[in-house]
Amino acid sequence: MIKIDHLSKSFGKIKAVDAISFEVAEGENLILLGTSGCGKTTTLKMINRLIDPTGGKVFINGENIMDQSPELLRRGIGYVLQNNGLFPHYTVAENIAIVPQLLNWDKKQIERRVSELLEKLHLDKKYLSVYPNELSGGQQQRVGLARALVADPPVLLMDEPFGALDNVTRSKIQAEFKALDELKRKTIVMVTHDVQEAFELGDRICLMDKGKIVQIGTPAELLFNPANAFVKDFLKEQRLQLEFKALRLNDIWKYLPSQTPKQGSINLHGDVSFWSAIESFKFTSTEHLHIKHHKKDEYRSAGFEELMAAFYQYKKQQPHE
Amino acid sequence: MNEQQQTLWQFMAQQSDKLLTQTLQHIGLTFISLIIAVLIGLPLGIFIARKRKLSGPVLGVAGVLQTIPSIALLGFMIPLLGIGAKPAIVALLLYALLPIIRNTYTGLTGVDASVKEAAVAMGMSKWQILFKVELPLAMPVILAGIRTATVINVGVATLASYIAAGGLGEFIFGGISLNNTNMILAGAIPAALLAILFDFLLSRLQDLNLKKLKTAAAILPVLLLILACFYFIPSAYGGKLTAGFTPEFMGRQDGNLGLRSKYGLKIHTVVISDAVMYKACFEKELDVISGYSTDGRLKAYGLVVLDDDKKIFPPYYAAPIVRDDALQKFPELEKTLNLLSGKINDSVMTDLNYRTDYLHQTPERVAKDFLVAHNLYQPERGGSNGTVRIGSKIFGEQYILASMYTILIKGYTDYDVATKTGLGGTKICFDAMTNNQIDLYPEYTGTGLLAILQASQKDIDAVTGDKEKTYNYVKNEFERRYHIKWLQPLGFNNAYALMMRKKQADQLGVKTISNLKQYLERK
Ligand SMILES: Nc1ncnc2c1ncn2[C@@H]1O[C@H](COP(=O)(O)OP(=O)(O)OP(=O)(O)O)[C@@H](O)[C@H]1O
Ligand SMILES: [Mg+2]
Repeated sequence: MIKIDHLSKSFGKIKAVDAISFEVAEGENLILLGTSGCGKTTTLKMINRLIDPTGGKVFINGENIMDQSPELLRRGIGYVLQNNGLFPHYTVAENIAIVPQLLNWDKKQIERRVSELLEKLHLDKKYLSVYPNELSGGQQQRVGLARALVADPPVLLMDEPFGALDNVTRSKIQAEFKALDELKRKTIVMVTHDVQEAFELGDRICLMDKGKIVQIGTPAELLFNPANAFVKDFLKEQRLQLEFKALRLNDIWKYLPSQTPKQGSINLHGDVSFWSAIESFKFTSTEHLHIKHHKKDEYRSAGFEELMAAFYQYKKQQPHE
Repeated sequence: MNEQQQTLWQFMAQQSDKLLTQTLQHIGLTFISLIIAVLIGLPLGIFIARKRKLSGPVLGVAGVLQTIPSIALLGFMIPLLGIGAKPAIVALLLYALLPIIRNTYTGLTGVDASVKEAAVAMGMSKWQILFKVELPLAMPVILAGIRTATVINVGVATLASYIAAGGLGEFIFGGISLNNTNMILAGAIPAALLAILFDFLLSRLQDLNLKKLKTAAAILPVLLLILACFYFIPSAYGGKLTAGFTPEFMGRQDGNLGLRSKYGLKIHTVVISDAVMYKACFEKELDVISGYSTDGRLKAYGLVVLDDDKKIFPPYYAAPIVRDDALQKFPELEKTLNLLSGKINDSVMTDLNYRTDYLHQTPERVAKDFLVAHNLYQPERGGSNGTVRIGSKIFGEQYILASMYTILIKGYTDYDVATKTGLGGTKICFDAMTNNQIDLYPEYTGTGLLAILQASQKDIDAVTGDKEKTYNYVKNEFERRYHIKWLQPLGFNNAYALMMRKKQADQLGVKTISNLKQYLERK
């Protein structure tokens, strides 16, 4: 879907981005992770031509973005900024409707789409005619997301979308974000410097340092197969939590007790992270989880202890770091 | 206080027509220039917000324009644009430019960068970003600039009356020259109220929330245009000829008021400052002006004085006035001073003034040349038999006369001379005389009658029609009250006069003010 080919950007002598290449598959959520100043934002902005590269190419759907008019290109790419960048002189409804206006949708269609999004993002209708400065940070961020999603662009770029929020609000919005059906279909490139967030939301993570890619891969690959000491070091903190987040139930499938399916009792799929599985004990009263492998027709059942045991068995099998 | 207010109200009520006209002109001038300033300043501000390198020079130039004193700026305009509305509007708009450009620039550069980035990222074009994002967000700051410019313009527009563009300055400056407080206030109070009113209205506009601002931004241009039109309503009438009178002349009985009441002269009139009036007439911006009959500019610009056939202008015949005790102390003095009696008529004096004012010859040289030409010159005797002290007021004609008397006294008597020239106006000069600081200076009968003696209206009416009567009246009164003697008049009359370009006057066959009236009434 998105192909980055030896992309570079220099600001004078500073090489902000240094000949990086990667691809993002359709429907994938790729996280650009790295320390401050490593070139994440610059990379992201080159994808919708907010910044013109000094070298290399970007293809979206096989088409070089430099061959398109920047305005048309951008109308097909959702963009969410760290501090939302809502128009202070537009109401919430007008803010969300900016791109449809540019695309000349008719009024009815815009209205329908805006209220649909509000509902999905858990925003009350009463906020429609309110100005952004009357909203909380979390609400503003939701509106920012709605604005990016409104025209249903296939590609979404997000620059630290949850960076400005407090921890509680952030995890709440992150959870909503994960659950949002609209996002499942989208190809997303998201910037963050929060490792936990990257592990929670990313299908793959692209870890950058000084304008170069250090390692790109799934969270588990980065965690259990780090390319070098930098990667290992970067993921050092709260490692256990990261491991919980990196592992899918599928990964520890063979260590889980098998079970014949009971009708209607499946509450988890195998592609869910280990972290979510443990968390689900918090929210449901069940002692046992009934899990279905998300590809094969196999079933497992586990209580909290059995899950943890399976995790440690899996860990023992990994090559020693 | 109460009485003062009463009379002010009376004055305003009595002059309500003029007051309305001037107020409308004032509003019109303010807003025409404001609109043009916005039309220039806004795009320029946008431009320098895009090309920031140019912001320094552009703001610098606009800043320098604003430091030029208003009168000087108006003066610069005359050779380029003549007199009237055009130069006034241009001058006003130059003053209004800086706050508008500066605030547009500040407003645009102050728009939150992340908002601008979001606009770009959503695929808005440059123009869409400008009109939908940047300008609306910068609008409060831009409006503040327009507000400043408006208040500046209301103030500076009072000066428009210097160059015949009308406005409340006519009352203000007329009142100042005529020492008429009510007239000053009748101009100053409405001007101040206009400034306060516009400031208030624009501040309300600024406070409107962003939503309403969109509507306001649409209404504003329309409103400004309507206000600007005010200027054209009053000046919609015209005439065959245009007269330019000084603010002082406008308000005087022996000026425009007399022209109307005694002659019934109805002429399209603009108010203009003395400094630019003659030139404006020369350049055919004006046809009839109110001047002084011996002014050197009369000659410089080829103007001719219309005869005051109904004698509404009091005679201002010049004559030396001398302290009685000085005449006793210097017995030769009177005879010597009277050598000039009747020797200088209007055109001769005009020519002499022309030499000093336009050819920049020194008064001493002009005086000596004149005396030589009239066989009155005698070399100095180097006398030491006492010193005669001669004074003069602070303008060219008086310097020339003082120099002539100096040369004559030194040549014909054994007295020495000390000159104290440049004694400000009439009051300073006359006070120096009564306080025994000087012995003599040249004075004018009209000034003696009106400014020094401050004669009653009855006496004035009785004598001003006739130069002899005026002369005799001041002569007797000065002797009686101050022991000062009026010697024989020099011959010229430096009075108020209406003048026209000689060529035009000849063409139209206008020689007297009555001729002028007849011409104007002819279809
Ligand atoms: N407009 C610019 N002009 C000059 N240098 C720039 C510009 N934008 C970015 N840089 C430099 O390029 C490098 C990468 O910047 P970038 O914004 O991409 O970092 P980042 O990874 O997004 O950092 P952060 O996590 O702090 O947002 C930095 O060294 C920065 O100083
Ligand atoms: Mg960044």
